Amino acid sequence: MDLISNLGLGFATAASPENLFFCLIGVILGTLIGVLPGIGATATIAMLLPITFQLEPVSSLIMLAGIYYGAQYGGSTTAILINMPGESSSAVTAIDGYQMARKGKAGTALAVAALGSFFAGSVATLLVALFAPPLTVVALKFGAAEYFSLMMLGLVSAIALAHGSILKALAMVVLGLLLGLVGDDLYTGTPRFTFGMPEFAGGLNFVALAVGVFGIAEILRNLEGEQDRTVLGTRLAGLFPSRADLKRMVAPMFRGTAIGSVLGILPGGGAVLASFASYTVEKRISKTPEEFGHGAIEGVAGPESANNAGAQTSFIPLLTLGIPANPVMALMIGAMIIQGIVPGPNVASEQPELFWGIIASMWIGNLMLVVLNLPLIGLWVKLLKVPYHILFPIIMAMCSIGVYSVNSNVYDLFTVAFFGLLGYGLIKLRCEPAPLLLGFVLGPMLEENLRRAMILGRGDPTVFVTRPISLLLLLLMVAVLVVVTLPSIRKKRDEVFTEAE
Amino acid sequence: MTTTKTDRTDAAAGILFIAFGLLFGVQSLGMELGTAFRMGPGYFPLVLSGVLILLGLAILIIAFKKVSATEMGGFAWRGMLFILPAPVFFGLTVRGLGFVPAIFLTTLIAGLASLKMKPQWALVLAFGVTVFSTLVFSYGLGLPFRRFGPWLPL
Repeated sequence: MDLISNLGLGFATAASPENLFFCLIGVILGTLIGVLPGIGATATIAMLLPITFQLEPVSSLIMLAGIYYGAQYGGSTTAILINMPGESSSAVTAIDGYQMARKGKAGTALAVAALGSFFAGSVATLLVALFAPPLTVVALKFGAAEYFSLMMLGLVSAIALAHGSILKALAMVVLGLLLGLVGDDLYTGTPRFTFGMPEFAGGLNFVALAVGVFGIAEILRNLEGEQDRTVLGTRLAGLFPSRADLKRMVAPMFRGTAIGSVLGILPGGGAVLASFASYTVEKRISKTPEEFGHGAIEGVAGPESANNAGAQTSFIPLLTLGIPANPVMALMIGAMIIQGIVPGPNVASEQPELFWGIIASMWIGNLMLVVLNLPLIGLWVKLLKVPYHILFPIIMAMCSIGVYSVNSNVYDLFTVAFFGLLGYGLIKLRCEPAPLLLGFVLGPMLEENLRRAMILGRGDPTVFVTRPISLLLLLLMVAVLVVVTLPSIRKKRDEVFTEAE
Repeated sequence: MTTTKTDRTDAAAGILFIAFGLLFGVQSLGMELGTAFRMGPGYFPLVLSGVLILLGLAILIIAFKKVSATEMGGFAWRGMLFILPAPVFFGLTVRGLGFVPAIFLTTLIAGLASLKMKPQWALVLAFGVTVFSTLVFSYGLGLPFRRFGPWLPL
């Protein structure tokens, strides 16, 4: 069977000593930054991107992927122990996880989170292996019109996960698209929005923008009120859940995995959405909904499984279509392009080792995380006590080196400072930065496909609705738009986000 | 009649988006627009700028009709003063001073952003970061940096 031989190739690639080593580095680094508050996976991957250029493509992508799901684990640890989600996708875990920790069940909560994530990760990895190849076949039939519609769907879905105002999230997407167009026009070579500076002819540097908007802006926000964190969980006794606990977590784990797997595929960042959705579902079908918010084990198991499953399946659009589902995937695209790989449906057939190696490494990485995290939780707790004012100068130094080493361009560092300021301003104005980054990555692709589709359609805009796949994608987009603006759902969505805060 | 308040945060966000829309829109007008069949370099950005201005206007109008307004909270002035120049400083000095002094001073500048950082500890931290990153990036990964630049009388 194809699947088995493909997975065999994948595991052979991923299990080479070198790749195992980079996978390990990735998950350790990921957990570390997930645990350390104030620095997220996006900023870290952006910073480390330049360093990975020296590695083999497979190794570098395996390491970056490891950072990504490692950060998901680390984020839950801080969510449970100090009620401070290291990653936005663990925001939901903080609600009940922290309450469990306050009742002296921190160990159980951490173990439930780890086991739930591992289970979900394993299932989702299998799903990626099963569904990615048939999707690449579909993707090969995609023309410019389909790509345009798919990206529109992705961008609209991106607003579904942003906090607060939908209008603001839409505006952020559009601003991101415009920023993405900075640089020479592809068709005519006309410089656009460069303010006469030839250094920006190739466009704004993606790494610099990501570091500015996510890294620097976040540091500034953390410096606003420098308060001390209180760490719970000196008593980590009883790490392993009791039999009754295990019984209670099985069903939420399955449901969470299913929800996460489906939502993760949606372009627009499934992991965050998935954990919120899973929490809502668990609360609604629970026989004891009053326990939620006071340490319900289902409220940890469900969302944790969901966000991990979502994190894995968000690789599907990346590997099959070359379209990022979230900012981290956008960075992965950046990494692939710099390594000379064109992301898209051809990766699976032209670079099977890379394709299957990454998939297999996900499972290996998840296994490493369980093995590492359960015994090392004590160490991570100690790390939480590292004061923030020690951390951020180190982060600043790494950011500067990382961004500069991409193309040794001084202007990239000016870009970092500018977007750090802009990103901070936007956070103060309660505008989420994630849609902006997604727009930035998709901007040039969106324009190119729009222009090409219009030329192929001889200037007839109906080309987008007469081709069935394109029509279907646009209808889906309209459905998403209607759903997020419906008053009843909006209220529900606001409730979920408020609960998480 | 319910009293409505102006949400200054949202109003500012709306104005910012309108300003960006105008900035990009005016520049797009200066470029060849082309037709929907053969779009010129200005076509798509002009459309986007228009959408951004409309969204900004909508946000601004709604901001005047809020039932409850939220506060923005304080600003990290000290943070901005020291954090933002740090990468710029690194960029301006990494060639002249060389990697080692540039990264030392960058870390030091960034360290000053926190009130909790005592000067002597900032020095120790900057020294540690310099040693670590020189070993890892310059010697370990072999990134092409000059460790000490021509500005120094060495």
